[in-house]
Amino acid sequence: MELAIFILTSLVAIVAALLVILQRNPIASVMYLVTTFVAQAILFIQLRAAFIAILQVIVYAGAIMVLFLFVIMLLNLRREDFGKDIRLKYKPLAIAFAVVLLIETLVVINASLIPAQPGADLSAAFGSVQGVGKELFTTYLYPFELTSVLLIVAILGAVVMAKKKL
Amino acid sequence: MVPLEYYLVVAGIIFTIGMIGVIVARNIIIIFMAIELMLNAANLAMIAFARNLGSMGGHVMVFMIMTVAAAEAAVGLSIIIALFRNRDSANIDEVNLMKW
Repeated sequence: MELAIFILTSLVAIVAALLVILQRNPIASVMYLVTTFVAQAILFIQLRAAFIAILQVIVYAGAIMVLFLFVIMLLNLRREDFGKDIRLKYKPLAIAFAVVLLIETLVVINASLIPAQPGADLSAAFGSVQGVGKELFTTYLYPFELTSVLLIVAILGAVVMAKKKL
Repeated sequence: MVPLEYYLVVAGIIFTIGMIGVIVARNIIIIFMAIELMLNAANLAMIAFARNLGSMGGHVMVFMIMTVAAAEAAVGLSIIIALFRNRDSANIDEVNLMKW
């Protein structure tokens, strides 16, 4: 049952990811990207990462994708701006890179560098808001504080870049 | 329980799709979305490893990646707006000033 859900969800994720890069209309691309993100959130729940799954839906599929949609609508793209086709002259390069990368990935996965699975003996707090929050505010407090600096820089950068006169 | 390798294969495939998108797409917004796809594939691998090792460090790492992705989206999209305002096009073939 678990395997069936996994296969179905990952198929949805992969097909939607393919459609993201094959669409001509960016709005449709955003919609397929949201589909991929939701499918990945289901995979996260299967991996006992409930908090991250919720974050994925709220922050990624919600906030970031709405930002994308707003920008696409702000740009006032015309039909002809969507492009005739994908860039065909880079297609062989892309396929070559993709095959190499995929083979590399599979070889590394096959190389049994992965330690044995500990099984399902996880604590009840694993992946919950409480568990992740505790890690975040104890072990990883310093990086967590640094992200606030990053966000401020990003806000300033976005405001400066989007000003009328650059 | 689904083996870790299956998740890694899915993550690898999604990452590869994202990379193809970056190389092949012509619309700058779709290139941006392909980058988001690659970030998400990394997230999936991270969560799968966290589950496998029983350690929650991976979850915190994904949290950080999401923060970086939000910052990157904000800055990148404002760069796209500035570019569109100057070039009146979202086609990256027309942004070739630094092309060799």
